[in-house]
Amino acid sequence: MKQLVILSGKGGTGKTSVTAAFAHLASQGPFADRILLADADVDAANLELVLQPRRLDTRPFSGGQVAVIDADICMTCGDCESVCRFDAIAEMDGRFVVDPIACDGCAACVYQCPAEGIHMEEQTVGEVAVSESRYGPLHHAHLYPGQENSGKLVTQVKERARQQALDESRQLVLVDGPPGIGCPVIAAVSGADLALLVTEPTVSGIHDLRRALQTVQHFGVPALVCINKADVYPKGAQDIEADCLANGINAIGQIPFDLSIASAMVAGEAVTAYRPDAPASLALTALWERVVTCLIAPDATPDT
Amino acid sequence: MRIVVASGKGGTGKTTVATSLARVAAERDRVRFLDCDVEAPNAALFLHPVLDSHREVGIRVPRVDADACTYCGRCAEVCQFNAIAVVGQKTLVFDDLCHGCGSCTWNCPEQAISEQLAVTGVIDSGQTAEGIAFAQGVMNVGQTMGVPILRELKQWTAAPPPVGHDLRGRALEIRDAPPGASCPVVETMRGADFVLLVTEPTPFGLHDLKQVVAIARELGLPAGVVINRDGIGDDAVAAYCAESDLPILLRIPMERRIAEAIASGQPLVEAEPRYRPEFQTLLEHIVAGVNA
Amino acid sequence: MKLAISIAGQSLDSPFDARFGRAESFCLVDTDTGAWTTHANPAQSASGGAGVQAAQFVAKLGAQAVVSGAYGPKAYDTLSAANIQRLLAPGKDACSAADILASFTAGQLIPADGASHGGHHGG
Repeated sequence: MKQLVILSGKGGTGKTSVTAAFAHLASQGPFADRILLADADVDAANLELVLQPRRLDTRPFSGGQVAVIDADICMTCGDCESVCRFDAIAEMDGRFVVDPIACDGCAACVYQCPAEGIHMEEQTVGEVAVSESRYGPLHHAHLYPGQENSGKLVTQVKERARQQALDESRQLVLVDGPPGIGCPVIAAVSGADLALLVTEPTVSGIHDLRRALQTVQHFGVPALVCINKADVYPKGAQDIEADCLANGINAIGQIPFDLSIASAMVAGEAVTAYRPDAPASLALTALWERVVTCLIAPDATPDT
Repeated sequence: MRIVVASGKGGTGKTTVATSLARVAAERDRVRFLDCDVEAPNAALFLHPVLDSHREVGIRVPRVDADACTYCGRCAEVCQFNAIAVVGQKTLVFDDLCHGCGSCTWNCPEQAISEQLAVTGVIDSGQTAEGIAFAQGVMNVGQTMGVPILRELKQWTAAPPPVGHDLRGRALEIRDAPPGASCPVVETMRGADFVLLVTEPTPFGLHDLKQVVAIARELGLPAGVVINRDGIGDDAVAAYCAESDLPILLRIPMERRIAEAIASGQPLVEAEPRYRPEFQTLLEHIVAGVNA
Repeated sequence: MKLAISIAGQSLDSPFDARFGRAESFCLVDTDTGAWTTHANPAQSASGGAGVQAAQFVAKLGAQAVVSGAYGPKAYDTLSAANIQRLLAPGKDACSAADILASFTAGQLIPADGASHGGHHGG
């Protein structure tokens, strides 16, 4: 079983549209009925919007604990507020209250309270789900707005996907990753066989791609790069390819700017299914073949 | 006044809007700009500040004095993150699990624990040619927690302007938020006066916009919307804004010329000066909305 | 000696759990007498550092050796600091704790000479 994770660094470069297209293309080729999808972008989970799958199961996800002050026991001494390094405790109308969003769950206040009037409570911070999409099972999650994305929910989504893939002898887990380079990204990258970084030829895209590549390399996962909206700023696309070449990274292709991608999103379809002959679809089809070559033989260098 | 520019979905144009707003505001007001996207900070690529100050930041991690430690295990017991292990005659500290809360330090009966800074990132600061005081937090590659860097960034104070410098105008702070709708976005919004939400009229843009609106509402902050790449996708964002009482303060159409200029690193108001008055109006709407 | 085996269940017949930090429980066997007890792993649902917590737990149980399928770097370091021998049971995923015990007695288990993986993240 192989795990391919789609990443970018900068948000909005087209990760999810690429993942949806790959899911569609994979469902038609040698991976038909043998792929499984995981949406690891749990605070902006969008793969569901394109694939419009049927929910099979949803269950609550409990994140960390938060402190709760018992007003009957509280002597309003304020020791809790003074030890809290997360500014999560404040005095309001003569009472001390915990802001559950700011609370880090460290329990420093619990141990500091002379009246033993603070305890920790488990919190439901989101939900984790499995659905049936037209291209295969989809494991996904929804983190409630403002909650901490420690990577734990991402890990759980991936673990559930991996388990099902093993149980059903599925050969490919396609992971739609989150933007950035922090906790959720590291959780998404962990255990992957290959990462495809979708970038765009903008000064921001290039800057963030470098940081994302460093992160992926830091965790020892081989990386490929593709350039979306490549023709919007051809000089930027050339710079990215030169940068990749200099750093031994395989830049495997370009996707032209194509409004079909937005239209496909509105229609709730993968662009390659929605308009197979659109320029972006043709490019994605060629790209997918190169990715498959790399997945099967990680050392192979496809023609670019 | 503190204005946060946020979006939910990445790549909708937060930085484009934030930097153009800052450039226009700096013509009359004293502007301070904080790039709060510590994982992928990009505003400097558009505002070109001279970043002459760099300060390492991070979290305070425990160091155990082996001579004073009695291996009682209290530190490991109070640590909620399993960042300390006490086994036999050894105490192990795992810096990458530590949240820097200080609980082990306070609870050690022998006072055997001191704290030292574990660097997780840097705050770069300086000024732009237009006189915008600029600071960005940059998280180190391989680190996991951006929020401590963000807290430090928010406390950054710019060097006072030289004596005799014009001090007229309003004091405005513009914060460029990270994408998503989790903790770092909340931390960016905390203490702000207004949230400007930049979205694109697509199902992804709408879905993620709703997440950030929920945070702004929970924090009790007034909000307004900028629709970027207007013309692609559908009308669902506008319909949602209407039914949710969210004013649409500006629409920027999908134009290839704009996309090309931004790709090359030009602020929108510089590449397309016709947007100057639009951003001035946007700023006055925000200020009037907050003061109303 | 006391041997801790990571298992999914509550008895010597329960299946071996190849995970260490997130194992459901541990079967503690006295290899001299064959007497055994099982102990639920408190680290199973930890938000982070499960390996560290599980390692301290088996240390408190008095185990001198532990058998699992893999060890993360922090679990490895903690067990090592506690002078607990770390053993691997390759290809034994479908076995029971009793089978693992038999392999141990027959000297068929191999010592882990380092962390088996780079560690998981956030979960």
